[in-house]
Amino acid sequence: MDPAVSAVRVAVREAVHTLSSCEDGDRVLSTLGSLKRYLSGAESPAPPGEQEEFARVHFAAVLRCLAGRLSPGWLELGADDGLEELCASFFLEGPADQAFLVLMESIEGAAGPSFRLMKTAQLLARFLGAGRMAAVMEGQCRRLGEPASPLLQETLLTKVVGLPDRLANRLQRENLDAFLPQNYFPLLAEEMVRVLQAVVDSLRGRGRCSVPSARTSGAGGSLAGTRGPSLGHLSANGSLWFMLFSLHPSPPTVPHRPEVLSRLLGNLVIKNKKAQFVMTRKLLFLQYHHSTPMLQSLLGYLAADSQRRPLLVQALKGLLETWGSASAIRHAPLEQQRYLSKAVLICLARLGEAELRDSRDELLASLMAGVKSRLDSSLPVVRRLGMIVAETASARLHPEGPPLRFQYEEDELSREMLALAAPPPADDSPVEASDDELVPYDMSGDQELKRSKAPTYVRDCLEALTSCEDWGRWEAALRALEGLVIRNPAAAREVSVELAKVLLHLEEKTCVEGFEGLRQRALVAVVVTDPAPVAEYLTTQFYALNFSLRQRMDILDVLTLAAQELSRPGRLPKAPQCGPPGPAPPPGSTVAPAWRTVVEERIRSKTRRFSKGSARRGRDAGPNQFNVVAGYFFFPLLRHFDRPLVTFDLLGDDQLVLGRLAHTLGALMCLAVNTVAVPMGKALLEFVWTLRFHGDAYVRRGLLSAVSSVLLSVPGEQLLADLPDELLEARSWLADVAERDSDEDCRTLAIQALLLLEKLRDRLLALAAP
Amino acid sequence: MQVALGVSPWDGDGTAVSGRRSVDPLRRRLAEPQVTALPPRMAASPLPPPDPRFVLRGTQSAVHALHFFGGAQGQGHPLLLSGSLSGLVHIWSLQTRRPVAILDGHQGQCVTWLQTLPQGHQLLSQGRDLKLCLWDLAEGRNAVVDSMHLESMGFCRSSVLTRGQGKWMLAMPGSGSDEVQILEMPSKTSVCTLKPEADAKPGMPMCLELWQAESSPRPLLLAGYEDGSVALWDVSERKVCSRVACHTEPVMGFGFDSQKARGVSGSAEKALAVWSLDEQQALQVCKTHELTNPGIADVKIRPDRKILATAGWDHRVRVFHWRTMKPLAVLSFHSATVHCVAFATDGLLAAGSGDQRISIWSLYPISSDSSTSSLGHVEHREVGAHALA
Repeated sequence: MDPAVSAVRVAVREAVHTLSSCEDGDRVLSTLGSLKRYLSGAESPAPPGEQEEFARVHFAAVLRCLAGRLSPGWLELGADDGLEELCASFFLEGPADQAFLVLMESIEGAAGPSFRLMKTAQLLARFLGAGRMAAVMEGQCRRLGEPASPLLQETLLTKVVGLPDRLANRLQRENLDAFLPQNYFPLLAEEMVRVLQAVVDSLRGRGRCSVPSARTSGAGGSLAGTRGPSLGHLSANGSLWFMLFSLHPSPPTVPHRPEVLSRLLGNLVIKNKKAQFVMTRKLLFLQYHHSTPMLQSLLGYLAADSQRRPLLVQALKGLLETWGSASAIRHAPLEQQRYLSKAVLICLARLGEAELRDSRDELLASLMAGVKSRLDSSLPVVRRLGMIVAETASARLHPEGPPLRFQYEEDELSREMLALAAPPPADDSPVEASDDELVPYDMSGDQELKRSKAPTYVRDCLEALTSCEDWGRWEAALRALEGLVIRNPAAAREVSVELAKVLLHLEEKTCVEGFEGLRQRALVAVVVTDPAPVAEYLTTQFYALNFSLRQRMDILDVLTLAAQELSRPGRLPKAPQCGPPGPAPPPGSTVAPAWRTVVEERIRSKTRRFSKGSARRGRDAGPNQFNVVAGYFFFPLLRHFDRPLVTFDLLGDDQLVLGRLAHTLGALMCLAVNTVAVPMGKALLEFVWTLRFHGDAYVRRGLLSAVSSVLLSVPGEQLLADLPDELLEARSWLADVAERDSDEDCRTLAIQALLLLEKLRDRLLALAAP
Repeated sequence: MQVALGVSPWDGDGTAVSGRRSVDPLRRRLAEPQVTALPPRMAASPLPPPDPRFVLRGTQSAVHALHFFGGAQGQGHPLLLSGSLSGLVHIWSLQTRRPVAILDGHQGQCVTWLQTLPQGHQLLSQGRDLKLCLWDLAEGRNAVVDSMHLESMGFCRSSVLTRGQGKWMLAMPGSGSDEVQILEMPSKTSVCTLKPEADAKPGMPMCLELWQAESSPRPLLLAGYEDGSVALWDVSERKVCSRVACHTEPVMGFGFDSQKARGVSGSAEKALAVWSLDEQQALQVCKTHELTNPGIADVKIRPDRKILATAGWDHRVRVFHWRTMKPLAVLSFHSATVHCVAFATDGLLAAGSGDQRISIWSLYPISSDSSTSSLGHVEHREVGAHALA
């Protein structure tokens, strides 16, 4: 045996023994001092052979021993002589990879929060701060002629990459700033760049280089054997990049360019199963918080090489399948659905005609299923995603067929999505701006000139709308109707139900700008003018046979809007009450106003005003006009919801209307505040109770908001007196929803309702207490 | 107490769920794709519609003719001439925005056409009193130096072509209802009468444009007719080179770009027609551009040939990109028919309307290099004006 080897072994064994058992500060210090000789850069260093032997075999053991001894009592032994510093210097100056592993090991091995754990963590933080991570990585690259075990290297990689998570798990609230991902990863990236730079420099300086050793880091770099360009090393270190890339949301220094990613990773994704899983499954299906550029560069990476393209097709198939699965649509968070849709569009943009044609049937099948389920959804965003993806995908998959177009309004989302669907610009041809591109002004005001005169009587409107062949007049009548009804309530009341019928059945026979809004406002005006009969008519029609879903939803919207208008305080500022004659004013009350006017007149004539401000009176307090008629609006809507018709099945396919119904009932309840709303509340809670496990998120949202509105509108005492059981049941259901529902809005709404319940309870307790 | 109730039920999402249930919405949409006219996608939201730079009021009668005079040539400030229904010609200073002078020479009859001649500050005005007056405007004078009797009762505006050495050629509607008369000026010699062949029956000429190709000195005349056709006449041969039906209604006005040999015409119908001349002097319709409302009273191409403007019966002025015919702006300011539009060499646009106002617009400023390069072959009626300037 080499004498140096045995000398070192003996010395170290002795030292370790001393360190682990001795309680004498001076001896500990001297032992450490003697060990320190083996570290490079010490004052009186041991011979290089011994140093190397120490570093290779014994260093880790010494560190473990030291880490094990880190306790207050032990550090006290040599507190004055810098024992702690001396210890730390071992970790900070010795071979970095071993020090790092020992630190991680001892942190993870700690049973729970303790002095030792905190000390080790602080040591690790110092380790990071001193730039030792670079040394860790450099050590891996420079290990000439001595292939490190792949296993060890993988462990090292895992620990480097997983450091923030591991530390956070272990330290919980005591975690240090240095270990937070937002601090750690930039640091790591910087160090990495430094290492790469150093490696490149060393390559340039010396012909011998570390490519073989770098390759051992498991990358299987695509540029195996090439020794020149620095990019070879970038790719050789690929796996490290890759791990970072896959585990961290967006590593700050990973450039968002597919070509850079290609250079970094090479064809790693084909050769390494794990990488393939991460790239084609994990990043696409499981983690949906990545930014769009990141997604683009990922899929761009897959598309950049002919060997990788089959993976892209594979990914698209998977994506579309998930995108089209009815259960995913129902249960996946919206965020994820949006992410998936984006990924689908990017894939489509990156794939060629031929590749798509080969798997067209399969793709089309998933697409069709998905579009169908999405259009059936009651959430606008889901429908919108379905439309956008369907348009783009059908254009790509079926280029020869007629283009599919949906009517949706352009918005942020659709613009973003459609931009993704455009094929990526070729790199070498920058888009040339046209030399004289003149930007158009807004021309939306360019409408056809109207010639017909608007009718001036409500009955004329009615006639024009029903029997008119002159479309100019028809449109003018529609435009004038709302104003006429509001101005002439008496005339409107004579034909109110008839008007409502005509408006409800009105079809957009010619293209009229804002037709839906005009019709809706006119209907609302009619309902407001003559609430009871018209509401009665509309609510019966809601469950009638021959209506479209659109019309049924219109009915709900109109009722809500009308109720809102009716319940608005100070709705009729000046018009004297010309409705059903109320109780006659008490005799004598007419005298007082006359007397008052005389006085006011006299004051006015004697007062000089410098500016004539509007003599505004405060809002007259008046009864909520909706209260009287709330029943007409509310109860008929609850009548038949569980009785399916041939054309209308609320509990079946027509869940969208059911959701809208639930929202409407909630709103009506809410608008009927301060009335004797107990029967309404009771009926509404029953309705909610029967539907509480409905599968559609939109319906559930409606139910939850209905519960909230019951809690808001029905006076607390009455709630407790009349509906105690219902409240208890609702409470447990709400708690359940708040915790478990897949839809975020549902959870929020449930929490809101719970808060209201809580508040109610507190108030009642406060009342009961004194 | 106010608590948000989450998603409100009356939040329409605008993506109207299709009507009846009996048909699977997707199937139906796939079967009969709805090709809807969505507005063109634009990267950013469009600019709000522009406002006029300023408005000239005070003609006290509908404005039927406009013409810019001077300015870009560095000879004093630009002036705008306007002819009104009441027979007056107003000369507006664009600096003070007030009339500098008012010319009364048409016996209270509508002034339909105004054109300045380069030499000696001379102005031609055509009126419904069947007179063509030549005014001397130099040094503040405003007197009729000469006048001519028109034979035609129509609305056709005349046209001039400057020939050099103080001579110019005038094309005006002739005595026969379908004739165009050509005169050599200032001698008032009738050179020829252009009369369509007996079987052509194009109706009255509605608008005229004399011009000259760069390659040859032969004067050519473009004429729009009552039947909606545009014809190219070779004046010296007295024959029609080519004629093409552009509209089904009378041609009310056209603009012609002699450099690109391409023109655009408007009529009483709901579309603009773009047509071109090939090497064989044959006219052909390139495309038509559908408008929102029918009726175009006047069409002008800006001297730098970047944009064109139309005067609409729908009270609006429309601006298009001349090369692509892309709509650029709809100027809605007037409250009555716009009868005429005019461009100044510096790019200013004027529109005169039945509401007795003249609106002045400044859109898409002319870049200096393009304006100088175009000076040699300025758009139609100003060809003469600049050639001698």
